[in-house]
Amino acid sequence: MNKWYKPGAALVLASVLTLTGCSGSDNAGNSPGSSPASSSSSPAPSGTPADSSATSQDTLITARGGDSAALDASIVTDGESLKVTQQIFEGLLDYKPGTTEIQPKLAESYEVSPDGLTYTFKLRQGVKFSDGTDFNADAVVFNFTRWSDPKSEFKFEGDSFDYYDSMFGPDGSRVIKEVTAVDPGTVKFVLNQPQAPFLQNIAMPPFGIGSPTAIKEKKDKFKSEPVGTGPFVFKEWKRNDSITVEKNPTYWQQGLPKLNKVVFKVIPDNSARFTALQNGEIDLMEGVNPDDLKTLEGNADLQKIVRASFNIGYLGFNIKKKPFDNPKVRVALNYAVNKEAIIQAFYGGLAEPAVNPMPPSTLGYNKDVQDYPYDLEKAKQLLAEAGYPSGLPEEMTFYAMPVARPYMPDGKKVAEAIQADFAKIGVKTKIESPEWATYLDDVKKGEKDDLFMLGWTGDNGDPDNFLFTLLHKDAIGSNNYSFYSNDEVNKLLSEGQSETDSAKREELYKQAQVLIKQDAPWIPLVHSTPLLAGSAKLAGYTPSPTGSEPYTEIYFK
Amino acid sequence: MLNYTIRRLLMLIPVLLGMTIIVFSIIHAIPGDPAEVILGEKASNSSKEALRKELKLDQPLLVQYGDYLKKLAAGDLGTSIRTREPISAEITPYLAATLELTLVAMAFAVFFGVNAGILSAWKQNSWFDYLSMLIALIGVSMPIFWLGLMEQWLFALELKWLPSIGRMNARDPVESVTNLYLIDSLLSGRADQFWTVVKHLILPGIALGTIPMAIIARMTRSSMLEVLRSDYIRTAKAKGLSQMFIIYKHALRNAFIPVLTVIGLQFGLLLGGAVLTETIFAWPGVGRYIFDAIASRDYPVIQSGILIIAFIFVLINLLVDLLYAAVDPRINFK
Amino acid sequence: MSQPAIKLAPPPPAKTEVSSSWRDGWRSFRKNRLAMVGLGIIVFFVLIAVLAPFIAPYDYKEQELVNRLHKPGGEHWFGTDDLGRDIFSRIIYGTRISLWVGISSVVGSIVAGTMLGIVAGYYGRWLDALISRFFDILLAFPGILLAIAIVAALGPSLQNALLAIAIVNVPVFGRLVRARVLSLREEEYIMAARAIGMKNSRILWQHILPNCLGPIIVQGTLGIATAIIEAAALGFLGMGAQPPEPEWGKMLSDSRQFIQNAPWTVIFPGLSIMLTVLGFNLIGDGLRDVLDPRMKS
Repeated sequence: MNKWYKPGAALVLASVLTLTGCSGSDNAGNSPGSSPASSSSSPAPSGTPADSSATSQDTLITARGGDSAALDASIVTDGESLKVTQQIFEGLLDYKPGTTEIQPKLAESYEVSPDGLTYTFKLRQGVKFSDGTDFNADAVVFNFTRWSDPKSEFKFEGDSFDYYDSMFGPDGSRVIKEVTAVDPGTVKFVLNQPQAPFLQNIAMPPFGIGSPTAIKEKKDKFKSEPVGTGPFVFKEWKRNDSITVEKNPTYWQQGLPKLNKVVFKVIPDNSARFTALQNGEIDLMEGVNPDDLKTLEGNADLQKIVRASFNIGYLGFNIKKKPFDNPKVRVALNYAVNKEAIIQAFYGGLAEPAVNPMPPSTLGYNKDVQDYPYDLEKAKQLLAEAGYPSGLPEEMTFYAMPVARPYMPDGKKVAEAIQADFAKIGVKTKIESPEWATYLDDVKKGEKDDLFMLGWTGDNGDPDNFLFTLLHKDAIGSNNYSFYSNDEVNKLLSEGQSETDSAKREELYKQAQVLIKQDAPWIPLVHSTPLLAGSAKLAGYTPSPTGSEPYTEIYFK
Repeated sequence: MLNYTIRRLLMLIPVLLGMTIIVFSIIHAIPGDPAEVILGEKASNSSKEALRKELKLDQPLLVQYGDYLKKLAAGDLGTSIRTREPISAEITPYLAATLELTLVAMAFAVFFGVNAGILSAWKQNSWFDYLSMLIALIGVSMPIFWLGLMEQWLFALELKWLPSIGRMNARDPVESVTNLYLIDSLLSGRADQFWTVVKHLILPGIALGTIPMAIIARMTRSSMLEVLRSDYIRTAKAKGLSQMFIIYKHALRNAFIPVLTVIGLQFGLLLGGAVLTETIFAWPGVGRYIFDAIASRDYPVIQSGILIIAFIFVLINLLVDLLYAAVDPRINFK
Repeated sequence: MSQPAIKLAPPPPAKTEVSSSWRDGWRSFRKNRLAMVGLGIIVFFVLIAVLAPFIAPYDYKEQELVNRLHKPGGEHWFGTDDLGRDIFSRIIYGTRISLWVGISSVVGSIVAGTMLGIVAGYYGRWLDALISRFFDILLAFPGILLAIAIVAALGPSLQNALLAIAIVNVPVFGRLVRARVLSLREEEYIMAARAIGMKNSRILWQHILPNCLGPIIVQGTLGIATAIIEAAALGFLGMGAQPPEPEWGKMLSDSRQFIQNAPWTVIFPGLSIMLTVLGFNLIGDGLRDVLDPRMKS
């Protein structure tokens, strides 16, 4: 699967916490060889936090809803795992804070051959893994071989390099042909075919380089005792309770990280987590209930932190079943959802109504597509035209998400609100909210549900990551839960994957969005702005739109 | 006595075996795919398939059950699907957390329940009797999850006297040795930590202990009333022995047998029934551990977790029966 | 389950005869002031449940998103919830759910428990051993976790929660009936009936079952109280009633996050649960004094 990326479309997003450190001249593609100090370019607002008085706090306790699945960055796909691995591992490149714009990390610079098939990375000198192993070209080759060779002896029981497969092609159609060590400080990547977003992909957090010594020694324990070059060193994992990482004393960036210790604490309940924050037991939390926003803003000891929006929450139709095989019915229901009211009530206003199946900051987003407005009369009229003048005869099963996600903080409540509006146009629904495992299973099979809720958070800023993944016919059985398939759309999305010209590519995606809007396989609901909260003393934190980021620059005032 | 104990222990075997069958059939009737939950929405289908294979979920149920029993017989509780840790090691801190909470709740329940029951019986039909029995009545009717929420609201959120959730301040973790934080904090010589641990225990302890307290109070009262009516107490009274002496030396000893049953039974029930209290107070206990395992389809954890709790429960019952002998020599075991 | 009260050993078989005259029973029940208070509470809630559509000022489903989390006041006596629905009306309709779940699940437990108990007690031998072990097994489970697992297997809904509660409570009644039957079996008049060749089924219907009724009614009333709490607990954990049903336990968990800003959303549903349960407990206590005097407390 090719992923194309246009640097100009990179999300440049300011967080409310700090000014981001990306000055205009510092374009990743042009100045790869920036000095080690480059990442500290975000100006420290005042004082010298690194050597501030001994009394200032240096342990960050951050709380989230769930535990990590594993801590080997290359095998995980869930956000809660990546949040931690980002502290321990670093890749050759990474994203500038608060954006998806690339910057050098373990590689100091790189060169691309004119045919786009060879990438040569110059590695940073003198970097060591936290177990003392040297970071060098052999280490990079070791890691990439582990990921790409299906018979690798270091692919331990249960390991599966899903992100490698999806970004650089599954076995049999790999994008990367070979990775070789030219000398200890130089690595050469040879590709089978050009891949425009190659650097963009390399910068993704799953491609952090692990210590070869540790991988060889710990074997399948590596996923619970990871070793990388990152700002923090893994210390302890109490399952379902906490993960502790400590400052890497030999970290290659002088004076960083600013914190001494980070504890990732699991507190499943949003309001319990918020209470803990108010009591000062934790310093930072994800998943603030929108209804706690007022309390948060009224508390001088706390601050609101906003993660840039990069997701879509939607209501999907099960197109396999009657009457939602009829696009008219689907469009009618599109008219019956009051997105604004939902946003005010359940997102605390921190979301925008969704029109297309991907967020507006994505490449190729079609601004000209008009949303179906909230208009119950029109909805009734369309239903009548579709042959249902007195509403749908049967009760529809409406699957409501049982778990909170950034794009859907309270699925059942949103479902109840929508249910009430549907009832007004004569569409009776029965809300069912089985547990998450059953939910996904049922929705994937598409036998029990008529309507369902789901969402998606983008991985790397590419439209393919939304449109193909969620609505192409090849994605039926994985993430196309609507069973939507339109030949024309399928063709456009497939072409989008292989088109190298970015303007043409944009055009393909724009056309696809028009068709999707007409077919209305979903009711796109919102692009939410996930809300975080932290102690007012917390500074230097820039949340990334992709959902996780290293805590290198965080400190306490 | 020894014979009796052995016979009771042997009778446990069919019960436990039956439990494994019931638990196994229920959890495998739960729809949903553990691979899906564990690996997440973004994992590829092939890796989910691989996980299912690895977990032997593609094998017939009977084979899976046989494997499970074989391991169990060898003392192997299995490995968690989600964390890949052996359950016997993983469950210990959760069990300890629940045990600590339950002990505190029972201490609260027994102290207030027994004393209120005695005084009510002694001062039958006094205002104290009426008041404490009213409280006991409300206590048995209390939805504890609501009580917990109300406590949390009043004492943690509004008055800010006590912490609202957790076992300990996350900033200052207890050096775990026994995983019973009351003991661990003392072992590391930290009186301040001990105090913090106590403060964390108060609200959930009261929430969990309220129902047993009410039941114990009612039981103690009625059992005391019966004993107080008996001849030998009248004799003792006639002899002019002091009230306190009569109550605590003579009457309580005899009234305590039914109370003991209740205490034993309640203790066992709290161990497994603490899931609501644990949910409200974010207490990392074994009830919550199993509840989460059900949600993530962590089959081995559900199986072994429930089995362990049930095992403890029947053991406690056995213990209570044996204690009868110690308290009341008239009971003999045939 | 969460409310371990019912797992208390069922009252051992009382040798006393059930009061032959129901009127006598009612007379002595009426003297019990607490029991009458309980009866008053339950009559009150039953009336509310029956007359719900006439009492409730709003439809329990009717939403007004702009008016969410509104304080209690003249327009909304108990305030509104986070969907702007009238909490007073929801509690009124919720009465129907709680009474229905409490009563029907107990009836289910009684029917199954009585049948198993009679079979075990009357026919004895290997059937007794088998059924008694089955009861032991069910009782050894942590009830709430068993109920959760059953609901997870069947899918979360009110019906399934009801079923799970009924299953979990079967042994309570089963053991009660079995013990009663065991003692009755040795009574002279039963022996006599057998001696004259009366059919087993007739003995069961005419002599044994009526004599089990007292303890069953007592335990059943107390069981309703427990079942209501158990259903609310399952609702609280998201394993019971589904939206938009105004089940009290679900209302509690839905509103939990607003406890600081809108405590009324949590206070009223909880109070309703407690009052109903208290009512059934009071009646149960009173009935026990009448029907089962040995257990008098």
